[in-house]
Amino acid sequence: MTALLTISRAGPMMSVQDEGRYGFRARGVSTSGAMDRDAHAIANALVGNDPDAAAIEFALTGGAFTADRDTLIAVTGGSCQVEIAGKPVPTWESHSLKAGETLTVGALRGAVWGYIAISGGIAIPKMLGSRSTHLRTAIGGLNGKALEAGDILPLGETGKFALRTLGTPYLRGHGPIAVIPGPQDDYFDADAWKTFLRQPYRTTTSRDRMAMVLDGPALNAFKGHDIVSDATVVGSIQVPGSGKPIVLTADGQTTGGYPKIATIASFDLARLAQLPAGQQFLFRAISADLAEEQAIHAEDRLAAVIAGLKKREG
Amino acid sequence: MQFKPQSGSGPAPENSYPRILRCGDRAVAIEFSDTVSEAANLKVLSLDVSLAAAPIEGILETIPTYRSLTVIYDPMIVRGAFLGEELMQRATHDTAAPETGRLLEFPVLYGGEHQADLDELAEMKNMTAADVIALHSSVEYRVYMIGFAPGFAYLGGLPEILHTPRLAVPRQRIEAGAIGIGGRQSSINSVPGPSGWRFLGRTPFRLFDASRPEPFLLKAGDRITFRSADTDEARDLDRQVASGTAELKEIAR
Repeated sequence: MTALLTISRAGPMMSVQDEGRYGFRARGVSTSGAMDRDAHAIANALVGNDPDAAAIEFALTGGAFTADRDTLIAVTGGSCQVEIAGKPVPTWESHSLKAGETLTVGALRGAVWGYIAISGGIAIPKMLGSRSTHLRTAIGGLNGKALEAGDILPLGETGKFALRTLGTPYLRGHGPIAVIPGPQDDYFDADAWKTFLRQPYRTTTSRDRMAMVLDGPALNAFKGHDIVSDATVVGSIQVPGSGKPIVLTADGQTTGGYPKIATIASFDLARLAQLPAGQQFLFRAISADLAEEQAIHAEDRLAAVIAGLKKREG
Repeated sequence: MQFKPQSGSGPAPENSYPRILRCGDRAVAIEFSDTVSEAANLKVLSLDVSLAAAPIEGILETIPTYRSLTVIYDPMIVRGAFLGEELMQRATHDTAAPETGRLLEFPVLYGGEHQADLDELAEMKNMTAADVIALHSSVEYRVYMIGFAPGFAYLGGLPEILHTPRLAVPRQRIEAGAIGIGGRQSSINSVPGPSGWRFLGRTPFRLFDASRPEPFLLKAGDRITFRSADTDEARDLDRQVASGTAELKEIAR
């Protein structure tokens, strides 16, 4: 019998996500996957899942859950109130959720995207190689939709696994958000570049899994704000006629007709996505070659955190 | 390392093509033109074919567009600087011809729920709706790229007289299969969604259906003709599409 997880309460934007859907951007299919890949991978590792197992992602507010089998759960992404059968438990470590007990996950503090991993993973069928939900086109996930109260998710098989906690601390970067100039960096003159790299920008409430609209001084593209549509990537910074930058995130469309002044460095994209609305920050430009080095270091750091997980007393 | 913007306030220097554009630490693009041209698109597709036939380790996926090929890679395996050199090398030395692409015929129910746009377009062009239909279905289109949404096809080859600006206010929902015109481009809509394009009609065929063994109907390089179908034929095809028995007519390879 397949074990089932029942959702009795759901935050406004909760969905099934894994590491993403690869190989279909040429067919117009977005990558999707967790907005904060590190937090997603750590949640999975804490409950003994593979890093690419499907977990529940929530924006700002979690929900309430019950499983009909004994499971392990872990909540990561930021700090928030988590309770099992009415008893508070810490985030960023695994806990036992016995059959019939209720897990409640509250509101994130100082973060936007949270992850709830359950041992065995969410075992819905894959679509185009992934279980990730693309809400805009209803691909993947549970019928392509955001999770709601009353939804029931199948859980995968699991073996015995001890409770774990972080041995090596998981530290996010700090300071300005790193960007790599281009591909349409030459659409912007020296003044626009000075503005972009020296003036603060702010996150806004205009954000979802597709994109984040930023607030700050307008950026004028002296060559115009229309290009012949070309490919976008996760992290592309589009500048439409309003001059307000738009950062494409996990569910972002695969092509676009706005000039892209720069691309967020892959290792800083989750840090930007996790900034609460209204938070001010600066950009800094680095070369693509240096960004690759730092991206590799970031992968090594994540691997060290996962390898450093230690057993804890239940 | 400090980045120094190279662009000044003077006139933009002419770019020479092809050129390499870095797109972050996991993607690099090779650009063949800054305009829509069949010649540039053929070079894009030719290079894409070359990469499929003789892959470079570390490339995860490639995205051909009107005028550039974007390559997504794993920086743990290969570096963008190296890939850029390889792409330039192949683009300037390889002469592999891209596949001609299939020639497919799409039956279209012109008008229908899109009668208003069809009539307005005809009025703007000082033509009858029948003239617009005859003109739209008289030429061969080429799929320049797939993007924006799953299976959405950007077509080249729209007769110049039908070039029409997009609507000032986009509509909230346009159904899959709708045949649209946006500026100089034309398209077949693949999934329902908002759109500012003008629509002439719809085809019963679905460009994207995840439940099919081959979810995507078209790929870049395919060629398309449109044929006017009447309501009865369209309804019949709707039923066939719903039951999975409809077959698109392949005129040639």
